Amino acid sequence: MKAFAQLLDRLTYTPARNAKLMLMRNYFLATPDPDRGYALAALTDGLPISFPLRRVLGEIGESRFDPVLFRMSRDDVGDTAETVALIWPHAEPQGEGPRLSEIVAALSKAGRGGHAALLTQWLDQLDATGRWALLKFLSGAPRVGVSARLAKQAVADAFGKSVDNIEELWHGLTAPYTELFDWLEQKAERPSFAATPVFRPLMLAHALEEAEWQAMRLEEFAAEWKWDGIRVQAAGKGGVTRLFSRTGDDIGQSFPELLDHFRFDAVLDGELLVVRNGEVAPFADLQQRLNRKSVTRAMMTKYPVHVRFYDALEIGGEDLRGLSFTARRERLERWHAEFGPPFSDLSEVLHFDSKEALKARWEATREEGIEGLMLKRRESPYLAGRPKGHWYKWKRAALTADCVLLYAQKGAGKRSSFYSDYTFGCWSEKDGAPVLVPVGKAYSGFTDEELAQLDRFIRQNTVERFGPVRSVAPKLVLEIAFDGIQLSARHKSGIAMRFPRVSRIRWDKPAGEADTVDTLKALISSVSG
Amino acid sequence: MALSPIQSWLRPEPAGLYCVPGDFYIDPHRPVPRAAITHGHSDHARAGHGAVLATADTLAIMRLRLGDEGLGTTQALAYGEALSVNDVTVRLAPAGHILGSAQVVIEYRGQRAVISGDYKRHADPTCDAFELVPCDLFVTEATFGLPVYRHEPDHAEVAKLLASLRDFPERTHQVGVYGLGKCQRLIALLRAQGYDRPIWLHGALRSMMDYYVSRGFDLGEVPSVADAPDKLAGQIVLSPPSALGDRWSRRFADPLSAFASGWMRIRGRVRQRGVELPLIISDHCDWPELLATITETGAEEVWVTHGREEALVHELAKRGIAARALRLVGREDDAE
Repeated sequence: MKAFAQLLDRLTYTPARNAKLMLMRNYFLATPDPDRGYALAALTDGLPISFPLRRVLGEIGESRFDPVLFRMSRDDVGDTAETVALIWPHAEPQGEGPRLSEIVAALSKAGRGGHAALLTQWLDQLDATGRWALLKFLSGAPRVGVSARLAKQAVADAFGKSVDNIEELWHGLTAPYTELFDWLEQKAERPSFAATPVFRPLMLAHALEEAEWQAMRLEEFAAEWKWDGIRVQAAGKGGVTRLFSRTGDDIGQSFPELLDHFRFDAVLDGELLVVRNGEVAPFADLQQRLNRKSVTRAMMTKYPVHVRFYDALEIGGEDLRGLSFTARRERLERWHAEFGPPFSDLSEVLHFDSKEALKARWEATREEGIEGLMLKRRESPYLAGRPKGHWYKWKRAALTADCVLLYAQKGAGKRSSFYSDYTFGCWSEKDGAPVLVPVGKAYSGFTDEELAQLDRFIRQNTVERFGPVRSVAPKLVLEIAFDGIQLSARHKSGIAMRFPRVSRIRWDKPAGEADTVDTLKALISSVSG
Repeated sequence: MALSPIQSWLRPEPAGLYCVPGDFYIDPHRPVPRAAITHGHSDHARAGHGAVLATADTLAIMRLRLGDEGLGTTQALAYGEALSVNDVTVRLAPAGHILGSAQVVIEYRGQRAVISGDYKRHADPTCDAFELVPCDLFVTEATFGLPVYRHEPDHAEVAKLLASLRDFPERTHQVGVYGLGKCQRLIALLRAQGYDRPIWLHGALRSMMDYYVSRGFDLGEVPSVADAPDKLAGQIVLSPPSALGDRWSRRFADPLSAFASGWMRIRGRVRQRGVELPLIISDHCDWPELLATITETGAEEVWVTHGREEALVHELAKRGIAARALRLVGREDDAE
């Protein structure tokens, strides 16, 4: 427990990705099985046991600490698990504390009634950091700034393998991942999961550069719309289908209606969309369906999901990834014509007579649900990762608005001495007087030099400080680029921008000439109409 | 509530705690004719008093910070030396907080009150250890007056800093410290663990450091950052906390920000300050030390000030000790 506690503790304070990787790498190399496997579970898919932490703490609570002092402390600390860890009566810590594997084993044996006694006993053995880490471990999601992908990357790095190797195996494995570590340490063969659906790393596209466009020969490329949904991989085998996100997370539980109908033996690449009457709905509709643990029938009716397939990695047990795009597409079309499940169709391959025609179409595209164009080399095999020269994405031109800088906050890591996170606003009216209303936040789009200029401006024009946030005299106009805009009940301005970033700093433009919230709202109707 | 007899001669006034028969204030927050000052931190030692009574170190520190014009007439009192003012006897006892810090012990007609100022019980090589003075009334601070505040042993925190230097030898370790007390104590702790390389100082820390050196503390080589030959990769730099993540820190090699403070106990505070390496080193008592000290003084009455009065008052009440928030002392009379 001690090593795991130190790992979590240091991860929470370490902003740099490489340093996080180093900490995890060292842990996975130094920790024996099966403890390191349970640590990996905690950092990725969660533990194989469920522990009703809140209820158990409630049971223990008042026997170990004064409720009045606990409430005051909780208000000061801001986190229940951390408060328990700190307020817990102090005893000299005993050795390393329980092993992660002991904890999992004891909890799976104990019934509901035994939880409180076990937790009390462990908390008594640990120091404050150990108690905090134990509670985070049991809470199921430690939130220490590490994604599942990064944890897998660390395991891969520790044993000199590629992370894709681990992703391919991942969904066939369960905690404590002993098979995985045995293979990584060359104590066993690579695990084989011929009978279960596993994730295949995706082929990703590069943004199209002007020079590449100039050099491109149209006949060598197939064009498709770039759909504005999320990339998914549907993998079916042995009567089981899984739906994976682009990073290999199993997101199937949010889309039970798809899993019900997607019964096939194939691994397919496509775009998850909300589609009503054949029309792709705005991305915001799809967002209503993402990251939900359970879905109501009403949600399914209101936001009907659909997958638009565009590639096949495997059909009927045959790996197609070595074939050309043209050959895979042919197999996909044949398969879909025969076995295509409900809630799915194919992404159309578009035909253009010339590059000029293609470009004209790209420029004119403002339809909902389309983000731009994809250009895929007809001869390319399906290659994991982001190989150069095969697939290009050509996003439609961004929308822009002139907004006024209102608040700024310091960044993290290398940006920790710079004000690099900006809240900006547009003009509205209140009681007949013009007021600036925040409409979004941007963290990117500027060069290092521009960042230094913005930082200087903010320090010289600070009006007020609220903790780490500075409010700035509303006089600097930022041209903000964004990919889309939606009505939003959650935002005070009533609108939400998609991926806003700073496109230009308008040192020349007076704040009074910035755009109005109404102008932004008008963009919503013009975009969707 | 019956009027506490001590309240007839020692009570809070708008300017601060006032000793009636002695006609002086203790750590007043606005200018008064006569003040006894517990220690040199700016929230206790303010400018503009007519006459100031304190230890020689506190007076010297005040002179450095406020200049001669801010100080008025002074009278130095050594620890343990008694002074009679009217019918009142005053003496100063070490508070263990910083160099020169003192508890003000006042005796009047057989009653003894101790105004502890800020104090701590952790050992500190840069000041005299806290002296326990049995008393009838104990006035205590409550900066860390919640049971979640428990300071780790100093050597373990310093070991964290040294371990980080080994893990990240390419990064400058910039540690935020208060210039009076924490700065010198951290250096002494590092030296005690065998760290003998130069420890670089922000300009704002210089004058106080020079004072400690002049008082005979051997803190090793402590050059100024302004004289650094390079970006100080792998070196320790001490600065005021406000210089963490500030433009000043851009001169260093991928600076790693650390902060030595009791507040670093709480993760939210660490994150809010953008600190990567929290060091829980405090000039104040933690919760168990507050309770132990108050109990050991044997005081029947306790006034609580500076911080989390509410929680400490609650806990003391459970233990049968009559405690009140200092700001409320005397308010009960208004209600009657």
